[in-house]
Amino acid sequence: METGASQAHETERVREFKELILEVDGVFVSFGGVKALQDVGFSVYEGEIFSIIGPNGAGKTSMLNVISGFYKASAGTIKFEGVDRTSASPERVARMGFARTFQNIALFKGMSTLDNIMTGRIVKVKSNFLSEALYYPARDQEVAQREFVEGIIDFLEIQSIRKTPVGKLPYGLQKRVELGRALAMEPKILLLDEPMAGMNLEEKEDMARFVLDVNDEFGTTVVLIEHDMGVVMDISDHVVVLDHGERIAYGVPDEVRTNKDVIRAYLGEH
Amino acid sequence: MKLDPKLDTFPKLLLNRKQTTPDRPAIREKDFGIWQTWTWSQVVEEVRSLACGLAASGFRRGDKLAIIGDNRPRLYWGMAAAQSLGGIPVPLYQDSVAQEMEYVINHADVRFALVEDQEQVDKLLEISNRCPKLEFIFYDDPRGMRHYSVDHLESYDSLIQEGQKFESENPTYLEAEIDKGNARDISVILYTSGTTGYPKGVILTYENILITVINSLDFDKLTEKEECMAYLPMAWVGDHIFSYAQSYVAGFCVSCPESGATVMHDMQEIGPTYFFSPPRIFENILTTVLVRMEDASWFKRKMFDYFIRVSKRCGIQILQKESVGLIDRLLYLIGDILVFGPLKNTMGFSKVRIAYTAGEAIGPEIFEFFRSLGINVKQLYGQTEASVYITVQKDNDVKPDTCGIPFPDVEVRISEAGEVQYKSPGVFQSYYKNPEATLETRTGDGWVFTGDAGYFDDAGHLKIIDRVKDVGRLNDGTLFAPKFLENKLKFFPQIREAVTFGDNQDHVSAFINIDLEAVGNWAERKNVAYASYQELAAHPEVYEMIRNCIEQTNTDLAKDSEIAGSQIKRFLILHKELDADDGELTRTRKVRRRIVLDRYGSLIDALYSDVNRGHIENEVTFEDGRKGMMIADLEIQNAQVFDHMKKTG
Repeated sequence: METGASQAHETERVREFKELILEVDGVFVSFGGVKALQDVGFSVYEGEIFSIIGPNGAGKTSMLNVISGFYKASAGTIKFEGVDRTSASPERVARMGFARTFQNIALFKGMSTLDNIMTGRIVKVKSNFLSEALYYPARDQEVAQREFVEGIIDFLEIQSIRKTPVGKLPYGLQKRVELGRALAMEPKILLLDEPMAGMNLEEKEDMARFVLDVNDEFGTTVVLIEHDMGVVMDISDHVVVLDHGERIAYGVPDEVRTNKDVIRAYLGEH
Repeated sequence: MKLDPKLDTFPKLLLNRKQTTPDRPAIREKDFGIWQTWTWSQVVEEVRSLACGLAASGFRRGDKLAIIGDNRPRLYWGMAAAQSLGGIPVPLYQDSVAQEMEYVINHADVRFALVEDQEQVDKLLEISNRCPKLEFIFYDDPRGMRHYSVDHLESYDSLIQEGQKFESENPTYLEAEIDKGNARDISVILYTSGTTGYPKGVILTYENILITVINSLDFDKLTEKEECMAYLPMAWVGDHIFSYAQSYVAGFCVSCPESGATVMHDMQEIGPTYFFSPPRIFENILTTVLVRMEDASWFKRKMFDYFIRVSKRCGIQILQKESVGLIDRLLYLIGDILVFGPLKNTMGFSKVRIAYTAGEAIGPEIFEFFRSLGINVKQLYGQTEASVYITVQKDNDVKPDTCGIPFPDVEVRISEAGEVQYKSPGVFQSYYKNPEATLETRTGDGWVFTGDAGYFDDAGHLKIIDRVKDVGRLNDGTLFAPKFLENKLKFFPQIREAVTFGDNQDHVSAFINIDLEAVGNWAERKNVAYASYQELAAHPEVYEMIRNCIEQTNTDLAKDSEIAGSQIKRFLILHKELDADDGELTRTRKVRRRIVLDRYGSLIDALYSDVNRGHIENEVTFEDGRKGMMIADLEIQNAQVFDHMKKTG
């Protein structure tokens, strides 16, 4: 073999991006007197892996909920592909091309892996009452959706649990199924809320590998939240750090890692 | 036997399939949840393009093509493609770590590799510095491969495209190459996993394999209508003969499962008629069945227990078409409808006509369980060096503790030291680049030393006791056959692996590996809390359970005067599973006794002193190849031994 050639899997992850896909600017969110987010802003490039990190209670999940439309920002704007979508409903946000997973897995426990992932296709089904009532159009629709879902099952290597009710699966696999459901929506932006929480090292590495593969194979922009800095720093292109609802740092992982404010937020005052 | 020179290599047989049975299914693979099928004429086209692609990359007569991956149609086609060009396929165990592959690739002078996916590519790239001869890597699954910029690393699809271009420019090249092949050429080099030392490359010619296969088809009346699963490592001679050679000669269809984890389910869908597996698979299936039955409702459990008793009483006689009383026959029929039928269906054995177990001795109880359900499982004694077949059990003439009678055209003799030796058309040519080992194993006139100790019983059936070098004696002269004891222990679903010691000792003692599935399930039902394998293995109630198993074995041993003295006196439960990554098992999961002796010396010493705890520190290898230390203090217990009792009556 020509060993002098550069090997992609060993190069550092420094990638260049051009287009902005998501711009968050001056967002405020409060619950009564609690200020969850104060003047938070950042930009996400198309095709990157972007992480929001911070200690407990920093406002990470609030931020994700604002992006996915569950919470309304009291001030500030969110632009998607250059268009303002600050006040869009969760359903509209989903149709725009956002998909998410949840910190506490939100799957249909009694349904099989396959059916759970199929539910993700709902936003992609183009049908009406009439066509659903007829045999052939309904069948063709089902076949087309199933084909796509089988691609995801293959991608995530979960063939052996295709027919297993998800409630019977171990935690790490449930997380993977949830990722599958989000992928079934063919999202432009994938929002992952603590995808590695509660996992052992091996499961974390598996999940990190899948996140990288999704980004790589489908070019999906990934925005993920993590509490634990370890794995995230290895796979992210840019990182924003929140603490007490405020943005305290932004940059490539190496800059963020050495930032004094970040160290203070994680380790406390010295 | 003389082979027809028009049909004396696999590529020639394949071309002939296109004439005789072009539209019959040749191979299936489950992909994206659906069984995809290729007919023989489609396979011919695939192999043709692939071979031309290889030729375009410079693959020439005598070149070796390493094949690494799970059972995939494209990898099987890679074998036929290499053979079409007069090359030699060298399948490797797909779960080997990079260092193990390095040895085989260098030793076999491999220039080309056809691999399944990124995982295998990464392993090869890791060792490419140290494998100067390896030039080209082709991969089947493009996933994750987009950003690799390495010279001579190419996808299967682009190889096919090059092949099609090459073929349009050289339309007669391939036929001419195929015509050059003949029966005396090397067909394949199979590396034996080797219980000791480095693996050895067994050279088999087309003649070796084809004559053996033709005999086997005749012996078992196999036709193009068989259905067979290809799920065992492609590097294993069993898979090579059953999933490749026999399929090409008989023309039957081989099905590749979706993934290793879905084999059981895929088997249920295919319903194979012809099945091959090492005893371990049967053990695992039986364990799963027994564990699930313990979880079943009261009524189902009672029904299962009752009809299993019926099947034990008369199932085997019915299978072997012997006379059975009317009442038993009726009960068995009802059992078949209520229990055996559904059970066979779940296991994927509904249509099995012939199933073989080989590679190791199977526990008689396990063997009889399957036969009593009406599944025609038979034992086969074979070796890579013999193109598999040495002795085989004949239909309706099956004794559970023997390996049957010599296979057609095979001569078997027992040496003075009790070693089994054979001579057959399937006997290998030599070990690749290892004349010393060849001389040690094979005489000039073609007799092969198996290293197994055995004898023929009165009916002419071969009985294998153990490895010649492993059979030992206790200090009082009692025969000590470790395999025999270990197989007895492993029949208990709670015991996954056992290693016994006793040669030149005063008594026999044992290491036990618990079966995490079975014992874990038991712990759940008993509300026994545990956080890890290590903790579960050390649990006092688990110790008690295992001691009961051992004492039951001892009761059994006490019945036979020859071996009554080799009852197990002391034992301990290991804190980790014996693992091929640590070198403790071979890739086909046989225990490497010497390495275990070496790694666990301190524990063995403790077993032969009067302490009741043993201390062990060991290096272990994790799945990703990193290493770590594992330290444990293990309890040692005594088991009750019994006096030899003559059977009464």
